[in-house]
Amino acid sequence: MALPTDRPTVRSLLVKIVLLGIVDAVSIYAAFVLVLQDNWVAAIAVLAVTALVNWIYLSRRLIPAKYLTPGLIFLAVFQVFVLLYTGYVGFTNYGTGHNGTKEQAVSSLLASSLQRVEDSPTYPVTVVDRLGELGLLVTDPETGEAYVGTNDEPLSRVDDAEFENGRAVSAPGWTSLTFQQVIARTAEITALAVPYSDDPNDGALRTPEGSNAYRYLSTLEFDEQADTMTNTQTGVVYTDRGTGAFVADDGAELRPGWQITVGFDNFARAFTEQSIRGPLIYVTIWTFAFAILSVLLCFALGLLLAITFQNARMRGVKYYRLLLILPYAFPAFLSILVWNGMMNESFGFINQVLFQGASIPWLSDPSLAKVSAILVNVWLGFPYMFLICTGALQAIPEELTEAATMDGARGWSVFRQIKLPLLLSTTAPVLIASFAFNFNNFNLVYLLNNGGPRDTTTSLPVGHTDLLISMVYKVAFTGQNRDYGLASAFSIIIFLIVAIIAVVSFSRTKALEEIQR
Amino acid sequence: MTTDLSHLRTAARATAPRRRNPGRWFADTGWRHVVAIVVSVFAVFPLLFVVSSALNPNGTLTGSNALFSRIGIESFWRILTNPQNPYLLWFGNTILIAAVTAVASTLMGALAAYAFSRMRFTGRRFGLITIVVIQMFPQLLGAVAIFLMMSAIGDVFPAFGLNTHIGLIMVYLGGALGVNTYLMYGFFNTVPVEIDEAAKIDGAGHARIFFTIILRLVAPILAVVALLSVIASFSEYLIASVLLIDPENQTLAVGLVKLVSNPRYADWSAFSAGAIMAAIPVVALFLALQRYIVGGITAGAVK
Repeated sequence: MALPTDRPTVRSLLVKIVLLGIVDAVSIYAAFVLVLQDNWVAAIAVLAVTALVNWIYLSRRLIPAKYLTPGLIFLAVFQVFVLLYTGYVGFTNYGTGHNGTKEQAVSSLLASSLQRVEDSPTYPVTVVDRLGELGLLVTDPETGEAYVGTNDEPLSRVDDAEFENGRAVSAPGWTSLTFQQVIARTAEITALAVPYSDDPNDGALRTPEGSNAYRYLSTLEFDEQADTMTNTQTGVVYTDRGTGAFVADDGAELRPGWQITVGFDNFARAFTEQSIRGPLIYVTIWTFAFAILSVLLCFALGLLLAITFQNARMRGVKYYRLLLILPYAFPAFLSILVWNGMMNESFGFINQVLFQGASIPWLSDPSLAKVSAILVNVWLGFPYMFLICTGALQAIPEELTEAATMDGARGWSVFRQIKLPLLLSTTAPVLIASFAFNFNNFNLVYLLNNGGPRDTTTSLPVGHTDLLISMVYKVAFTGQNRDYGLASAFSIIIFLIVAIIAVVSFSRTKALEEIQR
Repeated sequence: MTTDLSHLRTAARATAPRRRNPGRWFADTGWRHVVAIVVSVFAVFPLLFVVSSALNPNGTLTGSNALFSRIGIESFWRILTNPQNPYLLWFGNTILIAAVTAVASTLMGALAAYAFSRMRFTGRRFGLITIVVIQMFPQLLGAVAIFLMMSAIGDVFPAFGLNTHIGLIMVYLGGALGVNTYLMYGFFNTVPVEIDEAAKIDGAGHARIFFTIILRLVAPILAVVALLSVIASFSEYLIASVLLIDPENQTLAVGLVKLVSNPRYADWSAFSAGAIMAAIPVVALFLALQRYIVGGITAGAVK
């Protein structure tokens, strides 16, 4: 087969230029948007990566990089960066009530405590729109001058507004809303609060009906010098004491607070606060027990089946195999949900039909729920082990068995002393991988029983069958208070456990040796 | 000596079935059938239950307990037409996400595996070890960071952030690459280097060798990796549930879980019908490619 000498053909060059062009266009647009939002660090990072990509693909050398770059970019952003970011979040108080900067917290506190000033003058307004964003075109009743502003931009003077009967009705760059449009967008309009000036203590203008606005002042007053919030009605002073919120002398906190780094606080809480330490310890023990028992039982059942079918005289093996593989072929998340229904205490198939109307608390008793979780996991996992063991048994040379039989060994001891050790050494990598998978088997515990039954002795949303991974999920995403910081700290603890397991198992398997070639 | 023994074995095999002594039969193959039947019943009954309740027009969990007592297709109709559960949209989203993820991650994995397998460059060993180490850490553990990162991206670029399919696909791609590259790297090494060298002598460049020669030779592993990727994103719940917010953007896993969040009041038959329809493509794909998958996992396990 004679291939033409490989100079870049016109076609391949064209493909390359078009693809690079698309990448460049997208990232320049992205950088532009980022600059508009004053996010210079991200914009420079995007441009630097784009320049690097162009250099790699336009250079005639750097051939390995041409093949590695696409994968590396995704791996770097969604795996490596995610890992590092988890580490960072674990050292912050990020969560419900602490998810922004201090400026955001201040303006949101002031905005949420707005009250109409009793003797406020009436400001004639026209509701205006710019690219979908609503604003108020305000006429100052004293000077007759026009001002415009939005939720995010304080009022600023408009020089060339058009007036009708002393009321500004339109301004360049803005579209005035018709009466029908005002009616249609009433909810948005009544939610508008246009800051009076750059100083948040000056309050805001709000309009209840879209034609007249009134001055609103916050019941809180922010003192930037002293870094305090004062409630003007009660006189209580709230101070920033470095805890990520304004706190009064009696310990009352203003919500929302803001995000700060808290050092090892989350870890300290995890190991010292009794209501967190207790669940963390028993969840860790259960996670290990669950993973080990699942692997052992799946392996035992798989091996039993593999031995059962290792007989040339047995008929129908093909059909049995097909039936036995089905649990592995059926999507796991669906079969877990089906088991959830079947194990329902009062209506489920197992209690109603198999146990003739008994009410066995398969999923609601703390101990029995653990048994159920393992039972379902064995159902899901044994076909895989059956396939693995069949392959491993076939790989053991028949001569070994024969030699042992010649030496007088009987069936059971041939198996126990010759086949089993060989089998274990060949399947060890699968067993370790299976352990690692079950250690983080979120779908099983979460979809089967939501990790339940719920443990009522702790404030954390944790249940008796929760694994570490589902505990992280629940602390972060369910319940009244989302605590991203604590959840990330738990993630880091799991990272460390997994890392130790990985190092130990790697030193025992040959995964790394292959690379050394 | 070995030949003598194997003759004996064939002889035993030939004579055994003719014996009609039931005790002997049980000791030889009978108990095997007993074990096989018991485990088969254990394996199949949950699936029979879901098929039966899908065919049951009655809606509730209790109504599904008498297996195959009533047969009808009303529940299929209910799940497909109920405007509160956009089942067909979920189905379409899932197929789209699974397909794009499978194609893109297989291609990127193959590119990386080619470089690691065929080229020698500084950082190659470090790169391979990094991939092995990274694949030990499941992406699930970073769910919090992924959520925060995607919501930050979504603030700037709504098209790639929270609640978008592109965002979810990008997250899946990042998570799958380590495993895929490692799987494919081993297979690429089994393709003889002589083939590349012959092509190189004929004047083919690296890109031509990769796209026209190597990709065809490694087609079996591409199929296995793509299939495993489809199955993985099909069943993925955690990240999809965190990132996809609007019901019409969600996947089957997120949608169907929500549907039976309270099995007592859920329309259990409609759920079962939905589950059966969702499972059919996966089971069909699995059984059709069974030989390759089983061959792949046992070859990987038993070296």
